[in-house]
Amino acid sequence: MQLNREELLKAYEGMCLIREFDDAVHYEFAADAMPGFVHLYVGEEASAMGICMNLNEKDTIASTHRGHGHCIAKGCDVNDMMKELYGKKDGICGGKGGSMHIADLSKGMLGANGIVGGGPPIVLGAALTYKTKKTNNVSVGFFGDGASNQGSISESMNMASVLKLPAIFVCEDNGYAESTAREYAVGGKILDRGKAFGLDSHEVDGDNFFEVYEAAKHVIDNARNGKGPALLHIKTSKVYGHFEGDAISYRTKEENERIKNDEDPLKIFKKKVIEAGLLELTQLENIENESKAKIKKAIQESKEAEFPNANDLLTDVYIKY
Amino acid sequence: MPIKTYREAINEALLQEMKKDENVVVIGEDVAGGAGTNGEQDAWGGVLGVTKGLLKHFGRERIIDTPITETAIMGMASGAALTGLRPVAELMFVDFMGVCFDQILNQTAKFRYMFGGKAVTPLTIRTMYGGGLRAASQHSQCLYPMFTHVPGIKVVLPSNPYDAKGLLIQSIRDNDPVIFMEHKNLYDTSGDVPDESYSIPFGEANFTREGKDLTFIAMGQTVEICNNVADTLKKEGKTCTVLDLRTLSPLDEDSILEAAEETGKIVIVDESYPRCNVATDISALICQKSFDSLKAGIKMVTPPHTPVPFSPPLEDLYLPSEEKVLNVAKEIL
Repeated sequence: MQLNREELLKAYEGMCLIREFDDAVHYEFAADAMPGFVHLYVGEEASAMGICMNLNEKDTIASTHRGHGHCIAKGCDVNDMMKELYGKKDGICGGKGGSMHIADLSKGMLGANGIVGGGPPIVLGAALTYKTKKTNNVSVGFFGDGASNQGSISESMNMASVLKLPAIFVCEDNGYAESTAREYAVGGKILDRGKAFGLDSHEVDGDNFFEVYEAAKHVIDNARNGKGPALLHIKTSKVYGHFEGDAISYRTKEENERIKNDEDPLKIFKKKVIEAGLLELTQLENIENESKAKIKKAIQESKEAEFPNANDLLTDVYIKY
Repeated sequence: MPIKTYREAINEALLQEMKKDENVVVIGEDVAGGAGTNGEQDAWGGVLGVTKGLLKHFGRERIIDTPITETAIMGMASGAALTGLRPVAELMFVDFMGVCFDQILNQTAKFRYMFGGKAVTPLTIRTMYGGGLRAASQHSQCLYPMFTHVPGIKVVLPSNPYDAKGLLIQSIRDNDPVIFMEHKNLYDTSGDVPDESYSIPFGEANFTREGKDLTFIAMGQTVEICNNVADTLKKEGKTCTVLDLRTLSPLDEDSILEAAEETGKIVIVDESYPRCNVATDISALICQKSFDSLKAGIKMVTPPHTPVPFSPPLEDLYLPSEEKVLNVAKEIL
């Protein structure tokens, strides 16, 4: 195990912040306090943190509609994100993007995406920039098991392979594309699709931060060193439904219980580090409390923040027109 | 001034901009050609030879042949533009937008607005459009109204070699996404093109003829049709204005209204499908802002609302022609 105490604390901080952020959004949305629709990442936190802890600020990611976790893991400010969710002027995108379009290019976050399978083609471009400019950066494209059936994913994996781009494809497979099961919708195996295009392809237990971290480190280091693209097929599960308001009637009660109790990446992380004597319970509990306080503050400030005004409607379509 | 073809003018613009800025890369199918073969490299230089010769200057790192994978091409070009390159991506035929429009419509065009003004996407998409080559329904469409409809992209239709060079240089230097549309029938046309680099600003339509009796509004290939008809009418004692729009987005509304008001008689010639096209859009503009200046109902010459046919006599019937434009003009002169 290569992570030191500081890194372990950072991993738990990130996962807790994602958990608190999306749990809070869950309650706010249910209370009708938030506009639009949101897709929550609770239960998948180990994936975002395990991947992004291997990235530096100049590396980039492209995310999905379920993007809050990726944004936080890549360093986006939770206050600015929360304001964006409320459609406020000081939101991370000025209130023009909302939950599905959070982006912070200064942090290497190239955008959540409202189009299933929309991000990985963009990641090719970031990877092409790094290859052309001979930086040793990498770009990571997240997508789900649902998106794995989009042509854009196959095209992206092939292009990355042909041009040997430093692009990592991360399929976060939470078992459901909206209400439809992976078993129904995915022909063959997602892992084999990566292999078919010549990508270094690995299946990973997404509930286990350490497994994600190790697999990501392997493929990201390789991509940095010019060894080309890779696919990580991360098996995970989400606590909430496709979007908020989804009654999740397509899942059984037992499955919901199992996801909450046995497949919670935070619980699993906590148990592992305490049993191994790497961190103390009080340290972890402090992090949990700090995360709660940060998100509470973010929500309060977001609610009080100003909405954009009529002038903002017409700006930012073009740079010059 | 040196005489060059439309094809050569585009090639020269790419060559000069690539020499000037190492961030400019060309991405597309067979843009060099011969990749992975034992035969000739730069075998094609694009399917109609427009990018021929660039490979020897810039190598395969900057003249990037891709698989036939339009979604990945458009996505890669968009992502590269977003992260520091200045790509010129080729969509071989505009008809192929059908397999990659998401990356243009929902990604590139919206980055800046969705991300609150922080994104800069200096992307140029070059594409071929238009009929006349007997290329049938999937290789002959215009489709520029569909791009013009979308906020966030600029739409450029050069009508002659001089404009092709200047507008392409402007497209590459522009920091917004641009779709640069080349009419297939124009590649072998020639005209004066300076050797030195120059750019033509967007949103400035060009008066190619000035007259008092009637105004033609045209774009791309239809400019040449209208110029010829104006010359014919001049011999008959009628003088006509021809306004070449040059860019559909941004649209030079002031020049359109000025041209309309000068004569009060308007014929708009548009090769795209007749519903919701540029002709209907400009007609609506004139009616809303300059109705009182009209001396006759606005006329449009467009194809019928059908796919582009293959058979030569059918395609000839389909396309706007000098004869059709002349007859329509005479109806209101």
